[in-house]
Amino acid sequence: MTNPAQTYPLHHNPQLNADGELTHLLSIDGLPREALTNILDIASSFLEVSDRDVKKVPLLRGKSVFNLFFENSTRTRTTFEIAAKRLSADVINLDVARSSTAKGETLLDTIDNLVAMHADMFVVRHAASGAPYLIVDHLRRIGRSDVHVVNAGDGRHAHPTQGLLDMYAIRHYKKDFSSLRVAIVGDILHSRVARSDIHALTTLGVAEVRAVGPQTLLPAAIERMGVQVCHSLQDGLCDCDVVIMLRLQNERMNGTLLPSAREYFQCYGLTPAMLALAKPDAIVMHPGPMNRGVEIDSRVADGPQAVILPQVTFGIAVRMAVMSILAGN
Amino acid sequence: MPLTKLPDAEAQCAELAELIRPQLQANTLLVGIHSGGAWIARRLNELLGLGGKIGLIDVSFYRDDFGAKGLHPQIKPTSIPFDVEGKSLILVDDVLYTGRTTRAAINELFDYGRPACIKLAVLADRGGRELPICAQFCTWHPELDLTEEIVLEPDAAGRLQWRRADHD
Repeated sequence: MTNPAQTYPLHHNPQLNADGELTHLLSIDGLPREALTNILDIASSFLEVSDRDVKKVPLLRGKSVFNLFFENSTRTRTTFEIAAKRLSADVINLDVARSSTAKGETLLDTIDNLVAMHADMFVVRHAASGAPYLIVDHLRRIGRSDVHVVNAGDGRHAHPTQGLLDMYAIRHYKKDFSSLRVAIVGDILHSRVARSDIHALTTLGVAEVRAVGPQTLLPAAIERMGVQVCHSLQDGLCDCDVVIMLRLQNERMNGTLLPSAREYFQCYGLTPAMLALAKPDAIVMHPGPMNRGVEIDSRVADGPQAVILPQVTFGIAVRMAVMSILAGN
Repeated sequence: MPLTKLPDAEAQCAELAELIRPQLQANTLLVGIHSGGAWIARRLNELLGLGGKIGLIDVSFYRDDFGAKGLHPQIKPTSIPFDVEGKSLILVDDVLYTGRTTRAAINELFDYGRPACIKLAVLADRGGRELPICAQFCTWHPELDLTEEIVLEPDAAGRLQWRRADHD
């Protein structure tokens, strides 16, 4: 069955199959609005499954999902695992850092071995931008495009399921995207979450996306992604509906990008006073893990406007939706 | 022989309610299968004066053709706003055909608990069963060719009506 909502024009997008259906999820960039809306709609049906007596549906029964995390992650790996298990898939978590890769096996040799073990889907996180694309291209060349790939974060490039769950949270609390002002605050330069959020927000047609941070943490020419640049947090938060805080990685503190965590908090930390500049009903989001006292004040993180924990719950439903859409195409 | 005139679906709902009424129990609850069965279940709930909540079920996550067809594009959330444990459930659908949708709905209901019993009420039973499933309550047995399809939908005023949707 070809579903019109899931069929897109072909322009060599490696995420799509010959029928134009989504068969891998690599990036939000290049997906039309209907594709994103369709994923969010299906996720809303999955949300209820987690409230049942038996928290499982049989869609991926008999399928094997391999979690391949070449980079550390707790939340993303766990929620992908829960999502796959609630779809009745068998989930295999590979501790790649301590296994064959550490012994010198190449990424594609690892993939070949797992395909030989009858993998149906790979959930991949890798420090190198583009690694999941390499896997998709390899699967195509060995004639195994029936094995699906989900990008769970590649380098600085993309984290599409985080972008989608952020959109789910925004739609849940704000209903409509068209009139929203959204501020993304922090280390946008190193953030794949920021890139995926920006692509998703512009595709879904929000009124304004603001990239807020010091010059050293904003990518050059970011305006070309359709965002407004603000170097002051006050300007960035003024009258906005949604605040997406990004994690400031500790390792950035030691370099030349920032003077100190304390000084960063002085200028860009989200305190109750700063948040008061946004609309009174603004929501505060964070992809986690949070650095309290660095990018976000505990009074905000634990306050009534924070939707950081609901984001985690939505993430499971969104990942169930993505995995079941891919597996069905 | 092709159907020339389609019956009044609203009258069939009333007839179905009267078939069910003698068998109502104190713990009877209705569960409608999206979308046609959900509309009929709402009608039956009013006609039988049950007053309480009805369950709505979308069997997309339980279909046996997911591997071949993928996910159905218009999924609606399943909503079972009561504890099914020990209840007498009446599953409501518009057309009973292969029985596969009913099978999926029964499987889904059991993921909510263990009902005392499940009965099936449909407006139309067109035969063609591929599973050992039958309806306890049914108002119409149309004889249809394989290419003939009937679809239940509300008109502009919200009245349920049958429409022909034949295919090649």
